[in-house]
Amino acid sequence: MSMKRKDLLGLDGVSREEITQILDTALTMRQIVRSSNKKTAHLQGKSIVTLFYENSTRTRMSFELASKYMSAAAANIAASASSVAKGETLIDTGVTLDQMGTDVIIIRHPMSGAPALLARHVKAHVINAGDGMNEHPTQALLDMMTMREHLGSLEGIKVAICGDVMHSRVARSNIYGLTTMGAKVVLCAPPTLIPVRIEELGCTVAPTIEDACEGADVVMGLRIQRERQQKGLFPSVAEYCDHWEITPERVALARPNALVMHPGPMNRGVEIASSAADSAQSVITQQVESGVSVRMALLYMLTRREG
Amino acid sequence: MENLLIRGGRVIDPANGIDAALDVRIEDGKIAAVAPGLPADGAQVIEAAGRVVAPGFIDLHCHLRDPGQEYKEDIVSGTRAAARGGFTGVCCMPNTHPVNDCAAVTRYIIEKAETKGSGVHVYPVGAVSKGLEGREMAEIGRMKEAGIVAISDDGRPVTNSNLFRLAMQYADHFGVFIMSHSEDKGLVGDGVMNEGFMSTKLGLPGITRAAEEVMVARDILVAEAEGKHVHLCHLSTKGGVQLVREAKARGVRVTAETTPHYIGATDEWVAGYDSNCRVNPPLREESDRQACIEGLVDGTLDAISTDHAPHHEDEKRVEFPLAASGISGFETAFCVSNTELVRSGRMEMSRLIALMSTQPARILGVPGGTLSIGAPADIVLLDPEREVTVDAKKFVSKGKNTPFDGRTYYGAVCATIVGGRVIDKEDI
Repeated sequence: MSMKRKDLLGLDGVSREEITQILDTALTMRQIVRSSNKKTAHLQGKSIVTLFYENSTRTRMSFELASKYMSAAAANIAASASSVAKGETLIDTGVTLDQMGTDVIIIRHPMSGAPALLARHVKAHVINAGDGMNEHPTQALLDMMTMREHLGSLEGIKVAICGDVMHSRVARSNIYGLTTMGAKVVLCAPPTLIPVRIEELGCTVAPTIEDACEGADVVMGLRIQRERQQKGLFPSVAEYCDHWEITPERVALARPNALVMHPGPMNRGVEIASSAADSAQSVITQQVESGVSVRMALLYMLTRREG
Repeated sequence: MENLLIRGGRVIDPANGIDAALDVRIEDGKIAAVAPGLPADGAQVIEAAGRVVAPGFIDLHCHLRDPGQEYKEDIVSGTRAAARGGFTGVCCMPNTHPVNDCAAVTRYIIEKAETKGSGVHVYPVGAVSKGLEGREMAEIGRMKEAGIVAISDDGRPVTNSNLFRLAMQYADHFGVFIMSHSEDKGLVGDGVMNEGFMSTKLGLPGITRAAEEVMVARDILVAEAEGKHVHLCHLSTKGGVQLVREAKARGVRVTAETTPHYIGATDEWVAGYDSNCRVNPPLREESDRQACIEGLVDGTLDAISTDHAPHHEDEKRVEFPLAASGISGFETAFCVSNTELVRSGRMEMSRLIALMSTQPARILGVPGGTLSIGAPADIVLLDPEREVTVDAKKFVSKGKNTPFDGRTYYGAVCATIVGGRVIDKEDI
């Protein structure tokens, strides 16, 4: 149960077998998360650092707890994005962490490609915890774990992703992962929030949210940052909601018992109505539990590589 | 100065329609004779069998970074690198520190080039506006007297169309024209690469082609209304090339260039976030690359410039969006252009020489670009068949920033001669 790769920078290029293996291992890890004695020796003697250039609560905590449940030494560096521009370079920071004996660096960064740059210059394993608009692979893995749990298989399911696709690393990782697993991904957003030629990644773009939800097995929301409105990408939150908000009425167009998901943090009343987010179909809180399990699996499998 | 005889080469002089095995005799720094079987008569003989002997390249667009950013490049290293690349004359852009927006800076550049440079002619380009700020016109007349050949606000294009129009009118009085970096900054936004499949895949903010095309259209329309000459820098898009084609067809006085990287690389090279592929305008798609080549083939584009933009390694060893934009281009210009244009069968060598030498000289109105009798002996010796693998570490330029590093091309620059003096002799 180990991985051939040094780093996990994204799900682009990760095979169906690898994803299945991670999700299977995560199921085992969930036993630990659910047990009263959350302590195993899987990562004993390993040193794991979270290097976050952006604010994060759940992703950073999730990695940190995953490390601690498996007895790793876990440290956290919170660097502000501004220090990137004028302070120590990313490469220098990485080399420093290497010298301190770090086995895994978990990085979040506002700029796409930063984890790839880091990975090229360090001996430590690098896990991408979200880079710019590029990828957030562990989020997609935990989403897939949650979907698989409820739907049995990812093969042939329809996943509607609605919200700020343009700026979303969650969307890209889910597109890569889900299409690799045989799922159909349908996107829906104002045209100003749909990246050009996104269909060429293997998904489709629905003209309306009703089309996207029609017959879907999963309806996933993506965060709409209010600054997008200020940048002129749509005129008002009210108009956004009229056309694109995930509401119980729209979820009703999906299959019976379709899942409602969201990577968090939610903007209630913007991309998703509370009545949808808190409905019986919502698995948003379960996603968080899956997150710890998936990250435990990944840390274990990456570091086991050395034998 | 010793007289030279360049013997047995393939002499290509597009200005005189010459492409034949001939000798070139140089006396007192000037072309004295171009004919078969010339005697040495005491001249130093340069054997040129298997070589192309052509007028030296003239670069319409480069950055020498001097004054002010000498850690990236200076006039000494820059002119040496230019000589290594076969250039005998280069136009340096005004975005130095201080900006070349007054005669004092122009004189500094020219004097340093004459006293400390490699011998390559340096033709400063002055600013359109003071401080490149797009508000008040710079002292174009005084800069012209000091030696500028054109004006440009380069990377900070003149947004105010009326200032652009007035500068065009005013500069024309002094025989100066605008070189426009045609780009609508609003459309660029926070983009860092071409907007297309690759920007979507890499999750990097894209720059629509319209950012270039909108300004190309404006520049053409203003020049058309004024009946004045405008030169468009480093075109990268299919649409931009087409706008120039249409403008030329209706008689607008527009000239335009593209660069080796727009005919030799595409946005697919950005995969892996190679910051050496960060350049402005950005590397575009294959259809744009083909359109730029087609523009050079059919005469829509008049010249190949380098947009030589050296940067320090530290400015590239960072996250892609933080990396400085630009490519160190002098030392790969010929091999990339030769491979993509001549070896690929798209044009004859004489056409490439015209694009890199004869036509730039005509656009600028400077000597050179020809091997006519009496012209200055500004000459390049080339070996178009030689395989060269680009090794940025060996660049003469301080800037080692190139996406071509490690790639193999055809075409070596063997020697560069300015005014009858051999200033670079890699292989003679």
